[in-house]
Formats: sequence, C-alpha cells, structure tokens
Amino acid sequence: MNPISALGGLGRTVLGLLAAFGRVALFALDAVSHILRPPFYPREFGMALLNIGWLSLPVVGLTAIFTGGALALQIYAGGARFNAEAVVPQIVAIGMVRELGPVLVGLMIAARVTSSIAAEIATMKVTEQIDALVTLSTHPMKYLTAPRVLAALITVPALVAVGDVIGIAGGYTVATQNLGFNPAAYLKNTVDFLEMRDIVSSLVKGAAFGVIAAIMGCYYGMNSGRGAQGVGRATKGSVEAAAVLILAANFVLTGVFFSL
Amino acid sequence: MIRMENVEKAFGDNHVLRGMSLEIPKGTSMVIIGGSGTGKSVALKCILGLIKPDSGMIYVDGKDATKGDRDAFLARFGMLFQGAALFDSLTVWQNVAFRLLRGSLKRPTEEAREIAIEKLRRVGLKSDVADRFPAELSGGMQKRVGLARAIAAEPEIIFFDEPTTGLDPIMSGVINDLIREIVTEMGATAMTITHDMSSVRAIADNVAMLHGGVIQWTGPVGQMDASGDPYVEQFISGSAEGPIEAVR
Repeated sequence: MNPISALGGLGRTVLGLLAAFGRVALFALDAVSHILRPPFYPREFGMALLNIGWLSLPVVGLTAIFTGGALALQIYAGGARFNAEAVVPQIVAIGMVRELGPVLVGLMIAARVTSSIAAEIATMKVTEQIDALVTLSTHPMKYLTAPRVLAALITVPALVAVGDVIGIAGGYTVATQNLGFNPAAYLKNTVDFLEMRDIVSSLVKGAAFGVIAAIMGCYYGMNSGRGAQGVGRATKGSVEAAAVLILAANFVLTGVFFSL
Repeated sequence: MIRMENVEKAFGDNHVLRGMSLEIPKGTSMVIIGGSGTGKSVALKCILGLIKPDSGMIYVDGKDATKGDRDAFLARFGMLFQGAALFDSLTVWQNVAFRLLRGSLKRPTEEAREIAIEKLRRVGLKSDVADRFPAELSGGMQKRVGLARAIAAEPEIIFFDEPTTGLDPIMSGVINDLIREIVTEMGATAMTITHDMSSVRAIADNVAMLHGGVIQWTGPVGQMDASGDPYVEQFISGSAEGPIEAVR
C-alpha cells in the first residue's frame, strides 16, 4: 500500500474519532445545560430514578455478591502460596470499593440502562415521537435526556455503594463460612483498612460512570438511523461506547485518586 | 396565511425541494399531493422548523417562521403524524392532553383530563379508552387519538401527514370526514399531505401537486380534474404512462 494513502487513511480515522468525541462532548454540555434550566419534568425524572436506580438493584446485588465471594476465594488461594491468607478481608474491601464495585456496576448499568435508553429513544425517533415532542412545544433534550442524566448521576453512586457493601458481604460470607475466618475479626479488618479516600473514589466513579452511561444511551438514541436496523445499531453502539468510556474513565479516575 | 418562497432542501446528493413556492390562505384547507419520496413531508417539516431549509423563506402570517419565540410559534400548530406518533409510556388521555399538562398552556390535571376526554369524544372515541395505553389500541383508534391530540389545544394551524395511510377504506372515510368537520368547525388553516385521492376530495379546498421538488400545479379542488396539467392527470388516473416516471 502506498504510504501516503495509508497515512491519509490514518489521518481520516483520527479526525473522525476527534469529530465524534466533539459531537458527544457538545451533546453532553447541552444535556447539562438543560438539567440546570427550567422547565423541569418531575414525572420523567421520577420514572428515570425508578428505572435506573431501583430496578437495577437486583442485577447489581447479584453481580456484587458473586464477585465478592469469588474474590475472597481467589485471594485466599493466591495468598496461601506465600502464607498471606490473612489479607483476604483487606484485599476484598479494597478490591470491591476501589475497583470492582464501581466498574462492575458501571458495566451492568451500561448493559441494562444504556441499552434501554438508546433503544427507547431510537424507537421514538423512528416513529416520529421526537418530532411530535417538538411540535408539542417540548424540547426533547429537556424531556428525554436531562431527567435520565440527572437520575443516573444521583442513583449510580448509590448503586455503587450498595454494590460495594454487598460485594464485601459476599467475601465475608465465603471467608467466614468456607475459609474459617473469624466473623468479628473479618469485619474489624475490613473497617480498619478502608480509608475515606477509597469510599469517595468509589462514589465519584459511580457518578461519572452513571453520567457516561446515560449520555451515551441518549446520544445514540437521538442520532439513530432509520428502521429496525437503525435502532439495533444505536443500541449496540451505545453499549460499546459506554463500556469503553467507563473503563477509560476508571483508569483516569484511579490515576487521579491513587497516583497523585 | 402560510407562504413558502423558493424553499430548497437537499440531503447529500438528493435534492428533495428545488425551489418550492406555495401559499395557503388563512382558514383554508390545502392538500399537497405527490408520489412517495417527492418531499411532501420535508416541506411540512420545514414549515414547523423540524428540518432547516438550505435556502428560501417561510412566512406564517407575514412573519419569518425561523425568527421569534419558538414556543409561541409552535403553540399555534397541531399535527397529526403518519403513524400517530403517540407516546408509548403515557396513557391515551395523557397523550391527548400532553400540551395542557406542561408548558405555557398548562392546566390543572383534572381540567386537562376533562378536555382530553371531550376531544376523544369529538373524534368518536369513548371515555373508556382514556386510561389505556396506545399499544392497546388499533391503528384506526391510534389515528383518532393522534387527531384528538392535534386539536386538543385548539390550534390555528393543523398539519395532517398521510392521515389515512394504513387504514381500511371505511376507517379512511371516517378520518377524512372528521378532519373536514374539525377544520371547518375550528376555522383552522389546514395543510394535509397525502397520495390518497379520496382524502384529497374529502378534505381539500385547494390542491397542490409536488413533483421534482417544485409545485407543478395548484388550484381549487373543483378544478383538479380539469387542470390540464399532465402531472396531476397522471396522478389522479394512477397511470404508469406520463411525465411521472413509474419507477423512481
């Protein structure tokens, strides 16, 4: 292949990616501006709280409890190689609160909420419901996007907190029931080892991941193509983008909280 | 009065409107006819500001439609969408009263519900459908709900996008009669886009034929059959022979 044309192709790809980032950033800014400016739609906000927060609890709880239990087993087995089995409570707590809790909840929200938001809004676009909103003097960003983003900003940190606690409980159950740990000592080690910074980082990550998940769902839904294929593409694209951005944001936030 | 002057709109290489000009006098019912993909919906969406024209001007009552208070502008319009475009997550009455439950036209919930039920009656639906969801209704009933929503806030201008598409001939006749009655009763300016000739004869005061991105012919519905325009004649007769290519 001609090196100049290869370079040109690379340049076009980079420019395309930057343009996409720009469009998403502008969309996110627009969404935030609509959160802050009236009119507000409390019913839609309430529904979004219910859908994103309350109805995600089962999947978050199940994910966290199995992950916490598996983490305890892995740390025990790995630690046994150099007589460090006793660190199970501390590593489970750190692992769940700093990383696995927020990331797994974020990814679960991307799978459950981002996909549902993108599919719902894309279907509304395909069936002209978005146009209908405009003709009824209602701004789609204000009515559809702002309530969902605000609800995700509030509920996902709460879900992460719940996931952290349930994950630690999963590790505690496995450690005390199967690995012979003393329950009181396990809890004391967990509480003593966790720092406020760990909890704050977990909640901040939850807020960031929630916003990313909601924004990507809304963005892809609002920009979906025509027909069933358009809805399918929007849904798939939204989950892929949200998952990648959540993992990238996790890396950045971990650096901010723990490398400085 | 609605006036379009040399409105052009292209999507990439596809030049849909190529200088469309049209006048719709206040209080009259204009029906735009034309084949699929000739830009009828695009023209209508340009007036509402849902699509931005590439060039040309659109005036409503002499004022530039793109300038001024957007909410106040849209509050003057009602629109029946081709697929009704009802909001799935809301009940029928909440759909009909959508405009009355929020924004500048907001009313108390009970009053909005009463108005919605009254509008549902007006389009021939009983009050027991009010608490159902759109997915529980037939296509014809959804169209009627869409019509009730379009007239709920008593707009001055009503747009009907393919009002009879997908309906059986009897239900089409019912919808056509309802539109005619409502437009006459409210004294509203109406603009309908359709390729259903029975709709044209039932609804129109005036007819405009859109083809090739421009209005090929316009005139009173009574003159349509004797228009002498080859495009209109071919469209009315449904013939494959004529200036309109059968395969586009």
